[in-house]
Amino acid sequence: MGQLNRALTITKKNILIYYLKGPVIIFGVLIPVFFFLAFIAGGKQLPWSFLISGLTSMTIFFTATSVSPVIMPWEAQMNTLERLIASPISIYAIIVGDILASICFGLLITIIPIILALATNVTIMNPLTFIIGVILASTCFSALGTLLSTPRTNLPSNIMMLSSLIKFPLVFISGIFIPLESMGWGSYIALFSPLTYTMDIVRYSMQGIHAYPINIDILALIIFTIIFFTASVKLHEVNIPHRI
Amino acid sequence: MVIEVKGLSKRFGDIQAVDNISFNVEKGEIFGFLGPNGAGKTTTVRMLTGIIKPDNGQINILGHDMIKDPIKVKEKIGVVPETSNAYIDITGWENMMLTAGLYDIPREDAARRSKELLEDFDIYNRRNHKVKGYSKGMKQRLILCMALLHNPLLLFLDEPTSGLDVQSSIKIIEKLEKIKKEGKTIFLTTHNMWEAEKLCDRIAIINRGKIAAIDKPRFLKEITEEMKKIEVTFEEKPDFERLKRVIKEPIHKIEDKNFIVESEDISDIILKIGEFAMENNLKIKSLNTLTPSLEEVFIKIVEGE
Repeated sequence: MGQLNRALTITKKNILIYYLKGPVIIFGVLIPVFFFLAFIAGGKQLPWSFLISGLTSMTIFFTATSVSPVIMPWEAQMNTLERLIASPISIYAIIVGDILASICFGLLITIIPIILALATNVTIMNPLTFIIGVILASTCFSALGTLLSTPRTNLPSNIMMLSSLIKFPLVFISGIFIPLESMGWGSYIALFSPLTYTMDIVRYSMQGIHAYPINIDILALIIFTIIFFTASVKLHEVNIPHRI
Repeated sequence: MVIEVKGLSKRFGDIQAVDNISFNVEKGEIFGFLGPNGAGKTTTVRMLTGIIKPDNGQINILGHDMIKDPIKVKEKIGVVPETSNAYIDITGWENMMLTAGLYDIPREDAARRSKELLEDFDIYNRRNHKVKGYSKGMKQRLILCMALLHNPLLLFLDEPTSGLDVQSSIKIIEKLEKIKKEGKTIFLTTHNMWEAEKLCDRIAIINRGKIAAIDKPRFLKEITEEMKKIEVTFEEKPDFERLKRVIKEPIHKIEDKNFIVESEDISDIILKIGEFAMENNLKIKSLNTLTPSLEEVFIKIVEGE
C-alpha cells in the first residue's frame, strides 16, 4: 500500500502543478481539433461518424501524451527530481503516478469530443466496449508518454521535439484520416501503432464497423501498455541518476 | 553506528569522483564532511542518500544496506540538498503535504507536524503563499521543514547555508543545534569552516575523492603542530630586523608594536622573545599562543595532498 499511496501523491502533484493549467488544457484540445478541421477543409466526403470517431481517438492520443513526456526533464531541470529520488518512493511508483495523472487528463478532455458526438446524433452503439477501449487507450498512451521522457536530456524542448517526431507520424498511419481497408500496404505498418487499435475500437463503438476483432484490439492495447511501461521503468532506472 | 561506509567508490567517465573511502558516523553526532569544490562531497552524499549507486563499496545506514534496501533507509533519513528543490508553483503548505504523501504520513499527523515545524521555522504565516515568492532563506527553511516532517533519525545537509545572508545562516545553525539536542544525527557538508567548527563533533576532510583526515576538530588542529603561532605585543615599537635575527623564525603580520611568529618550538621562541625584550629594555604588553583555525588546517591538509 505504501508505494501505491506514494504513486497517488505523484498523481496529485502532477495534476496540481502540470495539468491544471489553462494553456495545457487548451493545447490538449486544440491540436486534435486543428487536425480535424484541416481534414474537413481538405474536402474528403466521409461520414460524420467516421470523422468524430477519428477526433475522439486523436484527442485521447494527444492529451494522454501531451504532458507526461516533459515532466521528468522538467523536474530534473528544477532539481525536484532529486527530491523525489531521495524520498522512499520507487521509480516504478513514480512512473505509475505519472501515468495515472496522464490517464485522468486524457479521460477528462476526451469528454469533449464525446459530448460533440452525442450532440450531433452519433450513437455509441457499444458503450461498454467504448469505455474499456478509451480507458485502455488512455493508459497505453500515458505509458508511451513516460517512455518518451526517458532520454537523458533535461531540456523539455528536446523531449517535445522527439515526442512530435514519433507522435505525428502515428496519426497518419493509424487509419484516422484514411480507413485501414483503403491504406493498402500501409495497413501493415498500421499494425505497429497502438493508435490503430484505439481507432478500431472507437469506430466499432460509433459506427459498428471494425478492421480487426475487438478482442485483438483490446489485447494489442494491453500488450503495448505492458511494453511501454516496462521499457519506461527500465530506462528511467538507468537514466534518472544521470539526470541529477 | 548510524552510518557505516566501507570502500566506497564512484567514477564518472575518466574522473574518479570518490575513491575507496571508509568512515563511520555515530548516533547523535554532527559529522562534518569538508572538502574543496569537486572533492567528491556531493557525490558521497548522493550515494549515502540513495540518489546514485556506488560502483563499489558498502553503505549501511541505521542498520539497513542502502544498496540492497534503499526504500527502508530513505524512510528513516531526511535530505536537504545544496540547491532548493521545493516545488515553486505551489504553496509551502502544499509542499509539506506532498512530502507527507511521499513518506506515507497520515493526513492529520502531517498537518499537525507541518504546523509545528513551519511555526518553529518562522514561515507558518507564509504557508499559503507560492514558494516562488519566498526568499532564499525562507526556501531553505522550508526544505529543512520538509526534511524533518517524517521525524528522521538521520539528517543529511549539503551546504545548508550556502548563499544565505548572515541572519538566515544563523537561524539555520541555531535550528541544527536544536535538532542535535533532540538526539538526531546530522551529516553536514559545508564550505563554511566557522560553521563546521561550531557545529561538528567530528570532521572528515575529503580531497580528490579520498578522505585526507578524519577526527574531532581540536585533534585535527593538533595534526598541524608545526603551525603553532605566538602573537606578541610590545609597549613600544621594537627593531623588527634585530628581532628576526634573534628568533630566527618567520615573522608574520607586523603591525607597529605587534607581530605574529610561527614556530615548531613555542617555548624556545618565548624564551628568545623574553631575552630580546630585556636586552632592548622593552616591555611585553601581551603574549598569546594561537592555535590554528580549522580553515588553516583545512588548507594545509588539502594543499599537502
